[in-house]
Amino acid sequence: MKTIILRTASNYLLPVLLLFSIFILLRGHYLPGGGFVGGLIAAIAFVFHSFANGLKNTKSLLRFHPGFLMPAGLALSFFSGLSPIIFAGDPFMTGLWYHGHVPVLGSVGSALFFDMGVYLVVVGVTLTIIFTISEAP
Amino acid sequence: MISAILLGFLFAILLVFAGKFFKGKFAVLSSLIPLGLFVYFLQFIPEIMEGNVVKESYNWVPSFGVNLGFTLDGLSLLFCLMITGIGFLVFAYTSVYLHHHKYLDRFYGYLSVFMAAMLGLVLSDNVISLFTFWELTSISSFFLIGFNNTQEASRKSALTALGITGLGGMFLLAGVIVLGNITGTFSIAEMLNMSPELIKGHEYYTVAVILLFGAAFTKSAQFPFHFWLPGAMKAPTPVSTYLHSATMVKAGIYLVMRFTPVLGGEEIWNTTLIVVGAVTMLYSAFHSLFRTDLKGVLAYSTISALGILMFLIGMGTTESFTAAAVFIIVHALYKATLFLTTGIIDHQTGTRDVTVLSGLRKVLMPVGIAAIIAAISSAGIPPTIGFLGKELTYEATMHAPIIATLLVVGIVITKILLLWAGFVAGIKPFQGSLPESLKDTKMPGPFMWVPPILLAVLSLVFGIMPFIIEGSLIKPVVSALGGESGEIHLALWHGFNTVFILSLVTIAVGTTLYFVLKPSAKLETAVGKLEAASPKSLMEKFNVGFTYLSSFWTRVFQNGYLRNYVFIIIFFLIGMVGYTMIGNTKFNIDPSILSNVSFYELVVFIIMCIAILFTVFTSSRLSAVVAMGVVGLTICLVFVFYSAPDLAMTQFSIDTLTVILFVLVLYRLPRYLKIQDHKMRIRDGILSLMFGGLIAVLALEVLSEPVNTEIGDFYAENSYIMAHGKNVVNVILVDFRGADTMIEISVLTIAAIGVFGLLKLRLKRTDRVQ
Amino acid sequence: MEILLAILVGLLYASGIYMILRRSLVKLIIGIILLGNGANLLIFLLGRITKGLPPIIPENSKVFLEAYADPVPQALILTAIVISFGLQSFAIILVKRAHKVVRTDDLDEMNATDEDS
Repeated sequence: MKTIILRTASNYLLPVLLLFSIFILLRGHYLPGGGFVGGLIAAIAFVFHSFANGLKNTKSLLRFHPGFLMPAGLALSFFSGLSPIIFAGDPFMTGLWYHGHVPVLGSVGSALFFDMGVYLVVVGVTLTIIFTISEAP
Repeated sequence: MISAILLGFLFAILLVFAGKFFKGKFAVLSSLIPLGLFVYFLQFIPEIMEGNVVKESYNWVPSFGVNLGFTLDGLSLLFCLMITGIGFLVFAYTSVYLHHHKYLDRFYGYLSVFMAAMLGLVLSDNVISLFTFWELTSISSFFLIGFNNTQEASRKSALTALGITGLGGMFLLAGVIVLGNITGTFSIAEMLNMSPELIKGHEYYTVAVILLFGAAFTKSAQFPFHFWLPGAMKAPTPVSTYLHSATMVKAGIYLVMRFTPVLGGEEIWNTTLIVVGAVTMLYSAFHSLFRTDLKGVLAYSTISALGILMFLIGMGTTESFTAAAVFIIVHALYKATLFLTTGIIDHQTGTRDVTVLSGLRKVLMPVGIAAIIAAISSAGIPPTIGFLGKELTYEATMHAPIIATLLVVGIVITKILLLWAGFVAGIKPFQGSLPESLKDTKMPGPFMWVPPILLAVLSLVFGIMPFIIEGSLIKPVVSALGGESGEIHLALWHGFNTVFILSLVTIAVGTTLYFVLKPSAKLETAVGKLEAASPKSLMEKFNVGFTYLSSFWTRVFQNGYLRNYVFIIIFFLIGMVGYTMIGNTKFNIDPSILSNVSFYELVVFIIMCIAILFTVFTSSRLSAVVAMGVVGLTICLVFVFYSAPDLAMTQFSIDTLTVILFVLVLYRLPRYLKIQDHKMRIRDGILSLMFGGLIAVLALEVLSEPVNTEIGDFYAENSYIMAHGKNVVNVILVDFRGADTMIEISVLTIAAIGVFGLLKLRLKRTDRVQ
Repeated sequence: MEILLAILVGLLYASGIYMILRRSLVKLIIGIILLGNGANLLIFLLGRITKGLPPIIPENSKVFLEAYADPVPQALILTAIVISFGLQSFAIILVKRAHKVVRTDDLDEMNATDEDS
């Protein structure tokens, strides 16, 4: 599958798809999208890149094993759930909101960070699975 | 008091860390714990003598009315002193008996847990905590009986004991719950304050009594549950001494005594106790004649003594309560002594076969003295306390409420046989000439032979000066049982009366029997033939049958063929759900709620059907995977049509990834098997179609029912107001049900780690499946 | 359309079970995936289907102004889809690994328990 066209295209597609996935993630609270879908799209972007350029190149692009995204995402989600306990004395997972309008995002709250955690976990899980499988003999 | 109970548990925990210390030279120091507790309980005697009751209470589960209440009255005190006193001697004795044993620390741990549980049992005021401690004694005794866990017989006996006493525990739990329902309280003290008519007249009174008896009879080894006790003698001798003669088996007696003032006095209570007690005492007293193992003789005579106690409590008179209280002390003292001396004989000579042992007085003189005094006490010969106990027993039996004459005959025969058993265990090994093989027998260390001497001396002291225990122990016990403690007067000499004549007869006949009937292996084998019909072998046969049944069941249903499991499950599901649906299916879907079928929907439907069928019937793996991808994409379209954009996006991405995944591994996966089995295919096809049809009909049935959108409406209404989000699906995922999503991503992580582990983990050569 | 969807669900269940009942390892996985799709569709169908009204609050409004599709089944299915991906990949790898170790892809030959082997 390593044709020149695909390779060239994927080099441009990767940043575009990643940007798209972040866009999907951020708009999830208002329009269709969210951490799950965003994460899957980002994962597909990397898988696509690895198909075109080989797994090694993709891995060197990533610089770290995608598996590390899983604990990072879990921690982010967990702490965003924990934040109301720490900052407001409310029960676990109570939504905390910054009141005021933020351009592009609308309003910012703990739920957004939770969704980002989901995003990271999904990217980590998917890439770990697919990379592990493609490496396996 | 709670600290007294906790002390044993804490010591057991300490042993985990400081086991080495108590395993070596300092083992004997552990006996300071029961000694300290013994002294602690001794100081309550003056208060109890005045007729007071010491109480303590802590909240445990207040919402269920379960408090950790502890009460110390005469009855509890007697048991506490026995538990800690004999406990002290046994702890000290063990330090020599299991000297430098690899697991001595473990042994002490079990022993102190047992002691603590036993204290908790006799001190509990709340029946639920009583049950908890009751179970703890069963569990700790399981570990103690199975202490020699490398021997199969020992493990088997431990299991039998746990099975029987565990069954009793179930009875107890059920019993106290019924009792709690009758009385509306779990506190024994409050039950005592209620009017007895209220409890005894209740419709569930009989049920409660039967359940409690079930508990007491199993724990105290009454016929037909007695067989675990001789088996339990596989335990090291200190265990037999402590648990199976002096304390644990008396827990059943304690239970019956404790509930006598609450439930006793009715015909069912008294008659059952008298009959079961009488049968047990005669049955096992006869059985002791046919044993050659010293511990076997003692085990059966213990069961017999427990029978006597049940029988005495059952008569329900002040006289019989007094006799029971005295006999508990008598029995604890002489039986513990005999067990300890037996342990010494076993430890020093290496055998417990009574036909081999003789003349040991020449080498084990102090031990012999203790054993002989104990045997005399067991025989009821003055001036030991045993005489007192026997006189009181005869006296009480003569005034029994029912069939007094018959019972007197029974108890006299039992006592004669027990006399024989006591003589065999206490006198026989020391009598006669010393055989060559035993010439080298040495005296054990003082920690081993002093305890039996102490106990034997107590038998004598209490016998000569019964007033020591009269006011301090016997009277409080009798009043705790609801008897008139004022009438009691203990004395060694009761005058020349019928009871005395009976005593003389007992001693004369028993001694004659001892000289005539020698224990022999022949008799033991003769009676062994009857074993086939005994409760023990019946239970064993039941066990074997049950195991056989389960392995048959496993062979048939758990045969390891995945498709058989699936087939059976689906088959029964179709059968049961289908059966329910026949006649209940209405098929009255309101056409107005159905949406119209447009052309493109029909196209999607047809594509999907074709894709599914293609997936199933193609013989190429690649086509199957592609067709499956098509199925996924058409489902994605369905989501698009019916207002689920989030789902459509997710389904699309996942479908892409699944296909990629399959393509990546496809050529490393096995090819389709070429198995041509048309019959099987048709059978499975029919089953699958039936199942699919069932699901479809079920779905239509549900659609015809009205829908409840309350939950969805709640989320929809509050989505923006409470969670500042407009995409309700996403808000549910990350906010309303955020904790669920948290768990979900954790599961995903686990799956990824699983994949990583399965592929990257290389087994060591030694672990690899051959 | 509901009737057609019900038939589809039935067909997915039937084909899933049929594939699971086969003796080939790969068919087992395909069966599981089909069954998972069927279950998702079943939940979706039972939550009542609505055309063209996604559960998204319109702009410039704080509440729904008109009827909307029930969001609860959608949220359920969304997680189910993602989880089933995890399950599928794990199952595929397990099969691959089992195939490598046991050297058979006949499920009937994989009937030994740990104790026997």
